[in-house]
Amino acid sequence: MLVAAMAATALLGGCAGVGSKSGDSGGGATPGAAPTGALKIMGFGGEDEVGQARIAAFKAAYPSVTVTNNKGDFDAQQFLTALASGNPPDLVYMDRNLIGTYAKKGAIVPLEDCISNQQVDTSQYREAAMKSVTLGGKVYGIPEFYVVTTNLIDTTSLQQAGVQVSDIQTRDWNALKATSAKLFQKNGNKLQRIGYDPKLPEYFPLWATANGATIIKEDGAPNLNDPKAVEALAYAVGLIDDQGGWTSFKSFRDSFDIFGEKNPLSAGSVAAFPMENWYVNVLRDFIGKGLKLDSTQFTDHDGKPVSMVGGSAWAIPKGSKNATAACAWAKTMTTKETWLKAADAREAKVKKDNSFFTGLFTANKAADEEIRAKYVTNVPDPGFKRAIDNYYATLDSAVALNPSPAGAEIDAAWRSAVTRALGGQPAQQALDQAQKEAEAAFTKANGNG
Amino acid sequence: MASRGLLQRREARSAYLFIAPWIIGFLVFTAGPMVASLWLSFTDYSLVDPAHSVGTANYQQLLDDPRVAKSLANTFVYAALFVPLGTVVALALAMLLQKVGRASGFFRTVFYLPVMTPAVAAGAMFLLLLNGQRGLVNQVLGWFGINGPDWTTDPAWLKPSLAVVSLWTVGGSIIIYLAALNNVPRQLYEAALLDGAGPVRRFVSVTLPMISGALFFTIITHTIAAMQMFDQAYTMFYGPQQKATASDESLVYMVYLFQNAFEFFKMGFASAMAWLLFVIILVITVIQVRVGNRFVYYEGGSTR
Repeated sequence: MLVAAMAATALLGGCAGVGSKSGDSGGGATPGAAPTGALKIMGFGGEDEVGQARIAAFKAAYPSVTVTNNKGDFDAQQFLTALASGNPPDLVYMDRNLIGTYAKKGAIVPLEDCISNQQVDTSQYREAAMKSVTLGGKVYGIPEFYVVTTNLIDTTSLQQAGVQVSDIQTRDWNALKATSAKLFQKNGNKLQRIGYDPKLPEYFPLWATANGATIIKEDGAPNLNDPKAVEALAYAVGLIDDQGGWTSFKSFRDSFDIFGEKNPLSAGSVAAFPMENWYVNVLRDFIGKGLKLDSTQFTDHDGKPVSMVGGSAWAIPKGSKNATAACAWAKTMTTKETWLKAADAREAKVKKDNSFFTGLFTANKAADEEIRAKYVTNVPDPGFKRAIDNYYATLDSAVALNPSPAGAEIDAAWRSAVTRALGGQPAQQALDQAQKEAEAAFTKANGNG
Repeated sequence: MASRGLLQRREARSAYLFIAPWIIGFLVFTAGPMVASLWLSFTDYSLVDPAHSVGTANYQQLLDDPRVAKSLANTFVYAALFVPLGTVVALALAMLLQKVGRASGFFRTVFYLPVMTPAVAAGAMFLLLLNGQRGLVNQVLGWFGINGPDWTTDPAWLKPSLAVVSLWTVGGSIIIYLAALNNVPRQLYEAALLDGAGPVRRFVSVTLPMISGALFFTIITHTIAAMQMFDQAYTMFYGPQQKATASDESLVYMVYLFQNAFEFFKMGFASAMAWLLFVIILVITVIQVRVGNRFVYYEGGSTR
């Protein structure tokens, strides 16, 4: 069945691929033309109040544009088959770390025309976000959210184990190892509480960066087996080996209900872990149900806060039929004024829920600062306040992995290396192999270009 | 004479008309895409740029890429686990069904229902059930003092878990076996009973040969399905939550093919992989038919 389906996709793709030599230089946005017509968007959910308020802002500004948004996260297969069949969306919303690969393949187009014709002020976006959507000096995406990381802590677990909040620190790795061991609990071979979860494999870049490694160099070349990266991986894997070993640890983690009342912090299943900023907005609902949150900064060995930056971007696919409206959308969704409207909507919701504002973290620096000053003024819970302050404190120093034409392959290489290391392969060997794979992909990606 | 020929032609024409929908569907949705993918397998098609011929480079790469061999080996192991297990479980359930008498209609429906649930939903559900730390399966095993494995995270258990999850969809085979079991002539059992054959002997000497046609058919279809395993493997180990942590031990062939096509932009290579799989399945099926012919009993097939 699936082979047939695959073949069918290939056929559709094949026919169109050969025929689709559209003259569109892309990212177009005809100078001076007012956005109008149909705008088809892919990969954007936007169902919460922050999304809805901004969609409303766009529709109010451009009433002659008819927006169709097939909700749901970005799906590579859906996007690529639409593209290959000559029927791509006009605008796509995807993770910024995919931009390099898609740009290199020519699936999305540079936004020079968009930026100049519609006077998009790229200086309003944070540098780290812009960097992750820029390849070979050309901008391929307009950055949206800004996802950063800090340590979140369940103080109930800490008190039980007699551990101080200040002991949850990443400056001194040996001390953290001891703290984690103190917090860890198991019964037979069943885990009961993870002390400190290093969040492997996904946070390997964070550990490597905190240890001083740059795993993707400025020019996009992989540097995965840097001694500092190897040391970081060996350490983080060690934290997991100390706590039941990977297979049990992962099973335990898989059983968590991240969004529910029994979330790992409320349930005491994890004492502390580095976590992304959106999570405090989830946890806020559980304060009344006994959650005692606290937070410390995730720092390097010198005590400077370290965070990786995540988030999505708007990009215009090759063959977009309404690049002008697409560009107007990308611009409107990310201006300070629109973000402030979104913050108004969130504040209204917060008021209605009798709750508090946990911050809005976007790639627009001015918007963030204004929203913080206006709404993040009254955080009644001191632990939450520390967490929110910590997230804000990382914004200026947070870094993104450098974009690379072989971004997808480099990503796959280190992820599978980390999984192998978790399975028992020495960190050095795992990363050496990853580096070899990534280098081959990088050479090829550059050679083809 | 002439009128008879006319009648035949007319009959033939109606016959072709009747099967035309299938023929058209086959040409458009199966044969056409197969030809296209055969062509694509000799190109560097990336889904974005037009395809260029690269000769047999993709087929050469099948040999060079260690993950092709790895994923193929994983798939064989999975098939070797699932096909016998699926056959035995389906047959056992069918034999139970045959015994329940009046309630059999109800149970037939119940056993078939899982076939109607999307494989993705089943995969997600089994992730919870099979969780090594808090899953229901290990809890139940715990009551009997058995320390269940980490089904979904221990590399050694990933393929067995996948085989267990696939059992969820053996409903189709159960129905086929049930029909075959009901077709076994009663007098054969009576004759065997008179000869003093016990239940095991009756099963081996009467039931098995008489249902061998159905067994053979399901073993072939199970094998083909196992070689093309994708849905459950992808949901359980490569879904949005799992993606980052998938062990190479769970990389089945179709998942790697999918990754090449839609994550690494190598549609040409993916097409070559699809054709390799096609040839492998063809060879396995030919062998199965050859071997099967020696054991399968066909009613009215005395000439074979």
